[in-house]
Amino acid sequence: MPDLVVIITAKLNYWVYIVLMMVGLYAMIAKNNLVKKVVGMNILQTAIILFFISIGTKHNATIPIIQHAHGLETHAVQAVNYANPLPHVLMLTAIVVAVATLGVALALIIRLHRQYHTLEEDEILAQLEED
Amino acid sequence: MSLQLPVIVVITPLVISFLVFLSSWWTKRSVFPLVLAALTVSLVAASVLLKAVMAQGTIQYWLGGWPPPWGIEYRVDHFNAFMLILVAALALLAAIYGRGSVEAELPGRVELFWSLYLLLITGLLGIIVTGDMFNLFVLLEVVSLAGYALIAIGRGNATLASFRYLILGTIGACFYLIGVGYLYIMTGSLNMEDLRVLLPPLYGSTAIRAAFVFILIGFGIKIALFPLHAWQPDAYTHAPSAVSVIISTAMAKTLIYALIRIVFSVFTLDFITANLPVFDILRAMAAIAIVAGSLFAIYQNNFKRMLAYSSVANVGYIVLAIGLAPLTPFGLTPGLMHILNHAVIKMCMFMVAGAFIYKAGLVDIRQFEGLSRKMPYTSFGLILAILSMIGMPPSAGFVTKWYLILAALDAQKYLLVGVIFFSTLLMIIYFWRVVEIMYIRVDTQSSESLAPPVDEVPPSMLMPILATGVLTVVIGIIWITGVFDPLVSAINTSFGLEARP
Repeated sequence: MPDLVVIITAKLNYWVYIVLMMVGLYAMIAKNNLVKKVVGMNILQTAIILFFISIGTKHNATIPIIQHAHGLETHAVQAVNYANPLPHVLMLTAIVVAVATLGVALALIIRLHRQYHTLEEDEILAQLEED
Repeated sequence: MSLQLPVIVVITPLVISFLVFLSSWWTKRSVFPLVLAALTVSLVAASVLLKAVMAQGTIQYWLGGWPPPWGIEYRVDHFNAFMLILVAALALLAAIYGRGSVEAELPGRVELFWSLYLLLITGLLGIIVTGDMFNLFVLLEVVSLAGYALIAIGRGNATLASFRYLILGTIGACFYLIGVGYLYIMTGSLNMEDLRVLLPPLYGSTAIRAAFVFILIGFGIKIALFPLHAWQPDAYTHAPSAVSVIISTAMAKTLIYALIRIVFSVFTLDFITANLPVFDILRAMAAIAIVAGSLFAIYQNNFKRMLAYSSVANVGYIVLAIGLAPLTPFGLTPGLMHILNHAVIKMCMFMVAGAFIYKAGLVDIRQFEGLSRKMPYTSFGLILAILSMIGMPPSAGFVTKWYLILAALDAQKYLLVGVIFFSTLLMIIYFWRVVEIMYIRVDTQSSESLAPPVDEVPPSMLMPILATGVLTVVIGIIWITGVFDPLVSAINTSFGLEARP
């Protein structure tokens, strides 16, 4: 049992990401309501964003601003003292992509509701069967 | 000037995509000339790039002057240049063809359509030139978002088809991003060339293997490889005609290009053959895709849906060629051939399907009676494409199948030879049905009356159909004469695959 605790706490960020990702994937595949599918999609994207952000952190590291840093006059810049900014920058772009995808998905949902007057997938499919 | 070519190819359609939308507030007449101008510039730039690459080898372009691995690098080698010309040419042809059908199918929203269309082409060209894994993800999403919107403006069930594509496409893109994340954790780099150098000491690592599998499945969804193809038939069927033409050719082939690039350029042959039986799995999946896609196609009454399932089978052919690549001295040659051949053949077929909708409003194959007399030239284009697809010598489809069979025999995979012959039989069955209804079956009710008057689509739609129809034969002859051999062997060599002319 203590081994399990160690396994989980040592890489807690990865476990959180895996759990969130599975929640999102489950909602996208298994939920019948289209809005719930989109919510699942957003959870999946957020999981990946959190995963990327978590890999940029370091113990006892500060924000990666080199100018006016502590002791800059006397010491050389040590990368180990600063959090890795690159994953944050990547995720800034990924967030924009996620927002755009969400916007398109919601626009499609509005159109679907106008067309079929429901957002339950089985009811839409039943209407398609009748035609 | 020539130094800036890799970025000009991508930037021109991007900038003009916004200009198209802005200028339409002032006058709508400027929309289409702008689109043609953008695509022509891209095509010319791509041609000059190919010439430069053939002369001096790989061209590197550092965006913003930042050297890789810190900055984003655009990298053009033989494979990129070949794909750039292919996609730019297909986009131009599809635009010329699409003008008439877009005005008929989407009155009043023409400028929005062309704006999105150019955005899609920007993404495709960007995926081809980029040498950066994360940049590829962003451009993949540019392509996908433009694709969702373009499919959704179709009529009928287009919105539902688009929504399903959005859900599956997002899962695919997320899997790709996870794979890129694992690679970044292990190596600290996102540049493809840099990764190729940094990865060999880590080949045994589980994280790298997981990254590879995530990326493979992500792209499997995007290229609609058989068990992951669920979104594809609906999307191709319900999209507007001009959109079906471009997403079934340029978009599908670009994504296959990206898969090949990552498999062979980033992970390399050494990693895959040493660690995972990926090529065996790809061959098996491709064989299933070829047979299943053809079987599904037989049961379709909707012409566009039949073509969509035929595309599932043809993606199988290309993936089969990838799976055979390390086993034979032919390397990727059959795959490269089929990327070009199938793009041209399928473009012709989807253009004809759009022409039937434009002129007669017909999508059901059973109602195609007498179309050969009503639209003789369009039907002739379709016949050329069908003969090529089935594999009549010396057409393009024949050359692909010939080389695939040679490669399979060389690798001693006799079952795969059987699969190729069997799928050809199935193709004959479902395409013969179309030909029979169009040409042979006589209209029983009005057999005494005169043949229906000729009522063809306008020249702007007819010319691309006939051009691609004739190209399906010409390209086959070009392959046989070996004009492309230096290009193909250079691509094979760059991937570490032994090439045989």
